[in-house]
Amino acid sequence: MPDLSTVFAGGIRCPNPFWLASGPPTNCGDQVMRAFDAGWGGAVWKTIGEPIVNVSSRYSSVDWNGQRMMGLNNIELITDRPIETNLREIAEVKKRYPKHAVIASLMVESKRETWHDIVKRSEDAGADGLELNFGCPHGMSERGMGSAVGQVPEYTTMITEWVKEVARTPLLVKLTPNVTDIRAVARAARRGGADGLSAINTINSITGIDLDTFTPRPNVGGASAHGGYCGPAVKPIALHLVQQIASDPEVGLPISGIGGICGWREAAEFILLGCGTVQVCTAAMHYGYRIVEDMIDGLKTWMDEKGFATINDFQGRSLPKITDWKNLDLNYKIVARIHGDKCIGCELCYIACWDGAHQCIHVDAGDRSAITVTPIAKLDSLREGDGKTPPERIPRVDEAECVGCNLCWLVCPVEGCITMEQIDTGKPRESWTERTGAAS
Amino acid sequence: MSAEALPLARNLERFPELHPPLDAQAALVEANRCLYCYDAPCAAACPTHIDVPRFIKKIASGNLRGSALTILDANILGLSCSRVCPVDVLCEGSCVLHRYNQKPIEIGLLQRHAMDAFYAKSPFLAAGPRPEAPARVACIGGGPASLACAAELRRHGYAVTVFDDRPLPGGLNTYGVAEYKLRPSDSLREVELVRSLGVEFRQAEVGAAVSLDSLDQNFDFIFVGVGLGAMERLGIPGEDRPEVVDALRFIAHYKTSHETHVGRIVVVIGGGNTAIDAANAARRLGAEEVHVFYRRTEKEMPAFPFEYEHAKVEGVQFHWLAQPVEILDRAVKFSATRLAAPDASGRRKAEALPGSEFAFVCDMVIPAVGQGRLMKLLAKSRGIGLDNGLIAVDRPTGRTAHAKYYAGGDCVNGGREVVDAVADGKRAALAMVRRLEISRA
Repeated sequence: MPDLSTVFAGGIRCPNPFWLASGPPTNCGDQVMRAFDAGWGGAVWKTIGEPIVNVSSRYSSVDWNGQRMMGLNNIELITDRPIETNLREIAEVKKRYPKHAVIASLMVESKRETWHDIVKRSEDAGADGLELNFGCPHGMSERGMGSAVGQVPEYTTMITEWVKEVARTPLLVKLTPNVTDIRAVARAARRGGADGLSAINTINSITGIDLDTFTPRPNVGGASAHGGYCGPAVKPIALHLVQQIASDPEVGLPISGIGGICGWREAAEFILLGCGTVQVCTAAMHYGYRIVEDMIDGLKTWMDEKGFATINDFQGRSLPKITDWKNLDLNYKIVARIHGDKCIGCELCYIACWDGAHQCIHVDAGDRSAITVTPIAKLDSLREGDGKTPPERIPRVDEAECVGCNLCWLVCPVEGCITMEQIDTGKPRESWTERTGAAS
Repeated sequence: MSAEALPLARNLERFPELHPPLDAQAALVEANRCLYCYDAPCAAACPTHIDVPRFIKKIASGNLRGSALTILDANILGLSCSRVCPVDVLCEGSCVLHRYNQKPIEIGLLQRHAMDAFYAKSPFLAAGPRPEAPARVACIGGGPASLACAAELRRHGYAVTVFDDRPLPGGLNTYGVAEYKLRPSDSLREVELVRSLGVEFRQAEVGAAVSLDSLDQNFDFIFVGVGLGAMERLGIPGEDRPEVVDALRFIAHYKTSHETHVGRIVVVIGGGNTAIDAANAARRLGAEEVHVFYRRTEKEMPAFPFEYEHAKVEGVQFHWLAQPVEILDRAVKFSATRLAAPDASGRRKAEALPGSEFAFVCDMVIPAVGQGRLMKLLAKSRGIGLDNGLIAVDRPTGRTAHAKYYAGGDCVNGGREVVDAVADGKRAALAMVRRLEISRA
């Protein structure tokens, strides 16, 4: 069986790379211990700092096509419990679960002494590492903390340096996606001496508006404030930002991937883009800690199938396969093929191609003049249906016109009904750079 | 007679709904399952061509009123159709998900969800603007075909009067559909919607209280939607005994009267959907045994398979290859039959076997052997052609041999479903509108 045990950022050991991200699921020692019992390899404690006061009504979500919580938004702040309580519980968890990773997420005012104090106390409590919360985009940022730090590279370097002056355990900086170029902040963290990065924190968001009261959600006494967006909806954004920092030679730090991870598939994707561990929050908030069982089981099964013995065996494997557009092969050509034996006749590919793509899928119009009546045995000679799609409902692809955009394949509800097939153009590989002679 | 006098409480208890409605959350989940096919087969399979994906996506988007209006735009009797349509052989039968190893979308229940929401808010529909050249149309018969014809004409602004010879309008929707599928009160709500469009209703029999001549004088077009009239007679001795009640009369009685007599052992004669409706009703009204006799076999039976299955669950017993030869006192004398080779139409005729007669003891007989066809007056006085007892029309327009007369529904199609009658009525109305517009131009 593959081995999922991990050593992250130069010394954080854990039985598997699945960590709970800093948030409601890691609010107290009892929760974290139950999470470890369920199988989680590590937990980043709900951000510790001077206790705050929260508002009531804190989350809102985006549902999609009848599924709940495709995206989740929150306006909850850091811990509302005293620093001493959190640290005492960290000590207790570490005593009972010495092999699991407990990371202290920290956020205090931007004073050197204050940061020194909280770092020392956290490490004294037994934390295996530190995560500086420079990413929280709501509430705390209005007080000069969270993303207010993470959006300014100089502040990021400065506070990271302060922490490194006293830290004995690995130091992670959690990045906000609410910047123009996440690499600038990642480099700043590197300059300050960070040992690793966590990415991404939540994305500024307003999830929706109640169309009866006109109040955006979540409703706090008739008003709302922007929150931080997470959950399945943000995964593609998170993957891109992780790839940006993982590919940047000036960053070169281990990454704990965060953003829309619900199962082993997303975890594998983040690891393929270079992450050493992954962090999960929304999925655990939705379904509970138990989801980690299939994350571990599914990842191991997949690794077995692919012949990977450890996380290292596939970590970063997809990074070389992401390049700039200008380097892509202009002579690579695919076209859509519709396999009539699998087609159910929904014609979604036809209308998608016709209205949304390149007008190269065609259907033959059926007979519109016929009068439809209810078939009744005593009045009609009933034609027994053979259960097959009527031929006139199976669309055709004009391959000469098909540009290989994938849209029909994406909208087709039937697995394997439309395939994208490579066509030999007889031309050698040639990129835009090569064709135009521009410097790559 | 008023709607308040209907035996609603008893029938709610004896005939609880066959298919309970979807609640809002279930409707949303089901609506989201719809693929939203382009040029969808379900819409093509509907005789009225309701734009099914469109109304389903409006349920998913939370636009229930828009969903209902999409349905009503194509089919003014969307409420009753959502309850009585044999969706297995229509919209749901053509759902592409059948070919994807999935349950078809529950289109009937979704349509009902939209219609129930619509009717929950005392609805009305606005008539179309008064046309430049106004015209008046009379609809004879108060059933689905006439209602659909009248509604479509009002949407184009023309004046319509419906003449109906029963105490309440609605035709078989009010009097003839099994109670666990559609209640008269729901049929009457649809009548009220049609009335809200400005259709005038007169409960008066044409040919008696109102003469055909007066219709000819006062109306530009006349639509005939009179249905099939009474059930066919069996044509055997003893048929006039008091314990013989034809199926449509039996059904109409229990739907509209508080006192419906039913025997202890009931024999139903026939193999159609009406025979099954009557058999199920007899069971639910207290008959200990209900026996359906059909002269052919299960395979030739015209009833829909799901209706047959349902009747078996109700406890109805079926007897094949037997036809009645005489109604006796507290018994029916049957003759056994055998099936001959298929004739030109492909049907196998049932032939009585000599010497095979037997008596079956019972205390009530319900013949349900198809409806008779009473259009003789029209044929005689207006030269409207009949074809095998049905009014002959040009199918796309519903126009008869007499230019002023159109027809649709059971009296044309021989007795199909509510949705077929609606489609007939709508087509005829649109054909009249086209002719009026052409004659004006």
